[in-house]
Amino acid sequence: MIPASFDYQVAESPEHAVALLTEHGDEAKLLAGGHSLIPMMRFRLATPAVLIDVGRLQDLRYINATNGSIAIGALTRHSELEHSKLLAQSVPLLASVAALVGDPAVRHRGTIGGTLAHSDPASDLPAALLALGATIVARGPHGDREIAITDFFTGYFESALADDEMIVEVRVPVSTGGWDYQKFNRRAQDWAIVGVAVAQGGSGVSLVNMGSTPLRASATEQALASGASVAEAATLAAEGLQPPGDLNADAEFRSHLARVLTERALVAAGASST
Amino acid sequence: MNTTMTETEEAATTSYTHIGKARLRREDPALLTGEARFIDDLTLPAELWLGIVRSTEAHAKILGVDGRAALEIEGVSEVLSGADLAPLWGESALPCAWPVTDDMANPPHLPVATSVAKYVGDAVAVVLATSRYAAADGAAAVLVDYEQLPAVTDIESALATDAPLVHESLGTNKSYTWPLIPNPEAVDEAFANAAHTISERYVQQRLIPAPMEPRGVLASPGVANGELTLYSATQVPHILKVMTAVTLGIPEHKIRVVAPSVGGGFGCKLNVYAEEILCSALAMDRGVPVRWTEGRSEAATATIQGRGQVQHIELAADTDGKVTAVRVKLLADMGAYLQLVTPGVPLLGGFLYHGCYDIPNYSFECTSVFTNKTPTDAYRGAGRPEATYAIERAMDSLAIAVGVTPEEIRSRNFIAADAFPYESSAGLVFDSGDYQTVLDKAVAMANLDTVRTEQTKRRADKSNKLLGIGFSSYVEMCGLAPSRVLASLNYGAGGWEAATVRVLPTAKVQVITGSTPHGQGHETSWSMIVADKLGIDPDDIEVLHSDTAISPTGLDTYGSRSLSVGGTAVFMATDKVLDKARLIAAHQLEANEGDLEYVDGSFNVKGTPTAAVPFAAIAFAAFTAHDLPDGMEPNLEAHVTYDPPNFTFPNGTHIAIVEVDTQTGDVAIVDYVAVDDCGNQINPLIVEGQIHGGVLQGAAQALYEDAVYSEDGQIVTVNLGDYLVPSAAEAPTYRLASHVTPSPTNPMGVKGVGEAGTIAAAPAVINAVVDALRPLGVTDMAMPASPQTVWNTINNVNNEAPGGAS
Ligand SMILES: Cc1cc2nc3c(=O)[nH]c(=O)nc-3n(C[C@H](O)[C@H](O)[C@H](O)COP(=O)(O)OP(=O)(O)OC[C@H]3O[C@@H](n4cnc5c(N)ncnc54)[C@H](O)[C@@H]3O)c2cc1C
Repeated sequence: MIPASFDYQVAESPEHAVALLTEHGDEAKLLAGGHSLIPMMRFRLATPAVLIDVGRLQDLRYINATNGSIAIGALTRHSELEHSKLLAQSVPLLASVAALVGDPAVRHRGTIGGTLAHSDPASDLPAALLALGATIVARGPHGDREIAITDFFTGYFESALADDEMIVEVRVPVSTGGWDYQKFNRRAQDWAIVGVAVAQGGSGVSLVNMGSTPLRASATEQALASGASVAEAATLAAEGLQPPGDLNADAEFRSHLARVLTERALVAAGASST
Repeated sequence: MNTTMTETEEAATTSYTHIGKARLRREDPALLTGEARFIDDLTLPAELWLGIVRSTEAHAKILGVDGRAALEIEGVSEVLSGADLAPLWGESALPCAWPVTDDMANPPHLPVATSVAKYVGDAVAVVLATSRYAAADGAAAVLVDYEQLPAVTDIESALATDAPLVHESLGTNKSYTWPLIPNPEAVDEAFANAAHTISERYVQQRLIPAPMEPRGVLASPGVANGELTLYSATQVPHILKVMTAVTLGIPEHKIRVVAPSVGGGFGCKLNVYAEEILCSALAMDRGVPVRWTEGRSEAATATIQGRGQVQHIELAADTDGKVTAVRVKLLADMGAYLQLVTPGVPLLGGFLYHGCYDIPNYSFECTSVFTNKTPTDAYRGAGRPEATYAIERAMDSLAIAVGVTPEEIRSRNFIAADAFPYESSAGLVFDSGDYQTVLDKAVAMANLDTVRTEQTKRRADKSNKLLGIGFSSYVEMCGLAPSRVLASLNYGAGGWEAATVRVLPTAKVQVITGSTPHGQGHETSWSMIVADKLGIDPDDIEVLHSDTAISPTGLDTYGSRSLSVGGTAVFMATDKVLDKARLIAAHQLEANEGDLEYVDGSFNVKGTPTAAVPFAAIAFAAFTAHDLPDGMEPNLEAHVTYDPPNFTFPNGTHIAIVEVDTQTGDVAIVDYVAVDDCGNQINPLIVEGQIHGGVLQGAAQALYEDAVYSEDGQIVTVNLGDYLVPSAAEAPTYRLASHVTPSPTNPMGVKGVGEAGTIAAAPAVINAVVDALRPLGVTDMAMPASPQTVWNTINNVNNEAPGGAS
């Protein structure tokens, strides 16, 4: 439970962070809220030689409305999403999912950029952002590029970010259609055993912890789009997926939970076939 | 002699200012502000850190230990294998103080294994380094060459002829068999004549104690005089002092043990551990302080675990459901070695498998086996939660068989209120109780009629949120323990407790207790007792403890003994002080001591309150010694060592109402009612706190916690993400009430409450889960009742049912 030794540098700006990343290559890791990275380091599952602290970049903490979408700075804390009036009006799903991440201490440290970059399939916000069709803005040595969230998660704890890139912003389309989030866990502060996010009355349905990345429940979405009932669509939630098995749930139980929770989420979101 | 709570409250208010009143704990400001000093907050010049290389194998020969890479790390000074260390302790082994039978197998247990590692976490080598970081890096860099051996992980197959052996030299995995069968023929006869019999098998999963503060040790040598000061996060500094002397051959008078602020223990710090012996031996040998701080994951295997039993319980009952006999066969998991009281833990429950029922015929037999897992030992309740679980689950099954409600089956079998003192068929004498009144209170509080109406409605509606009601009526034996009884059980020590009350010249008071608190609030409670008896302010009293140089005699804190044994010693020592003060006052008033009364902190001759001698004047007189009665020693202090004549028997009824989501398997405790009789209460706030925490700990066994091992003995739950200790967010809203039947065993009429909640809660919750699911055909539920387990259980019933789901 003691991390290996490492060097520590404070980034003065996003550009400085990117410069440091370029300098140190894959030896380095950005440190944002530290609530995923530091536990990994304590278990020695991560042993970065250099930590680049971006946690003090206040300029990257914001939630702004910009023509039809909401722009969120990468260092925005989960608790800021949870309590944002703007978000509650414009993307209520995101605010409400943020309120279910971990416990208050976690939500005051953890950042939206960190949870995306960490790409844990069991995390809540990435799946919600997937259902919402968000866009991620990454800054690298050659400037900014936009990554559609559907292209972002490339594998288990892996993303489309390059070693020298940093997330600076997340853009989320305004989304006030029927929504719900079902998080199933055993203790309030735990990750979801399975989670289901529904956006826009069922046109976006995504799953937490049902595979190696956050996933769209495409079979359910398509069934709804082509006129299936909510109950029918929900039975397809785990279609074609290979969920993990662990102490809390084997693969079969996970698939079952995905179906039950998808139906509950769709009902709560007021979804119906189109 | 039974009184209700209200009467006792009245009695308390009239005679006492503090006792019986809810008082904030004086311990808390230092704890809440971070001022309290725990072991990890202490440092000594030149100290070295110990890092421990732990076996990654459940069972393996140690072929070699290679420390070369570790020695390259800056700050690492030595790498020592078990063989290198052996001369420090020679043949002496870690102590087991409870050889429960004459033929109990107790193989030598060295602090560091020399040739064979016997469980994951067994120490196989150590590193000395100048910092904790270097010690951790060093330990990680030591290469150990293992040859794997087959492991024993399942207690039910441990005694099979072809089972691998944990200890080759024993030729068996059995440690002992301990029977308590006063009249075997009568038991057989009761079963032969029974109208109803129940036969069930329950599994008590292993639990990880997980106190807030893991363990830690700092051993400091006094080289010039051969002294050792041993700081340890322990519940038992006094026991540790004796055992360190015996194990390492350091003269006992040269050893001082200090337990600084200790962040909980739940029994797991009631032990003498390898690390305490290691740090002490190395510190004495190297002449520098040596320390070790346990990591959270390390604690999962290096600290004892609780429970670990398979229980077979049978009940014989007549047509009315009156139980005529109980027969229990217990299989208990010792783990790889016997720690301090490992073998005795299942037997502490062995007297209580009849629960709070008047069951005339008793048969209990425990067989204990070794496995390639972390040793088990005392964990909150130690044997009694297991016993209560078995009898309370079985009573619910009997209720179903007889066709009566769970409360009715209990009422038909309770020991009657007028039967006390009651001699049980297991041979104990129960002090006091009124179990029926306690149950009636709980039933009234739980609004059972409303809950049952709603339960029936949901069943009829085929709701997927089913309600269940779970009862648990318990009685436990506390106040460990009469020394003679311990002798009859072969326990290696007595059960007395010591206290000193010392009045200082300025009339401030020091209370020295041998009972070592680690979260229970002794300082608050003891000062309330002494303040009321002396008629002074609790703030004028300091309670000292946990350092053998300050409190040289004592037997520490476990088994809900502190108040009924240690508090009684304080009470009696205060009486002695008052007796002496009375002599001084009589001398000053030139009166007959028999004519004096002590009112509001002053002595006066009865009827003439004007001529009073205040306590402060007596304190000062004892100090100056200018004018004391002839031959009186100039001090005002008294020491008492109290050996209780009997155990105390707290009891109660808890009712859990749960809602089970039949689609997801999720269980929510929607209401929890607890009515407890812990005798007279000193500080009801502390009583409530103990019940809150205790209930959650019991509910944790029912719903959350499980030390999971793979078949080859690898532990899987080594962090608090995988080992699910519930938090405040999971805690039910408790609704508590008391019923008081003072214990006649001790002068304050107290019983103890440290373990009650844990003892009661698990069967209440599981009974409720089973009750909820009974319409689906469920009759049993494994612990913990996780969503997966609940879902599987429902599915299995459906699949087994004739014509069930395909
Ligand atoms: C007890 C506990 C409970 C938790 N429960 C939940 C839960 O229920 N649900 C849930 O979803 N999460 C949970 N979390 C995780 C929490 O939400 C994390 O805070 C979050 O996943 C990571 O955010 P962070 O800012 O802490 O990232 P860090 O830990 O600082 O970093 C994580 C990774 O992202 C990288 N990174 C960080 N910021 C950037 C950036 N701007 N650009 C590129 N890379 C970056 C880091 O280099 C690192 O690899 C829990 C954590 C804890 C400790």
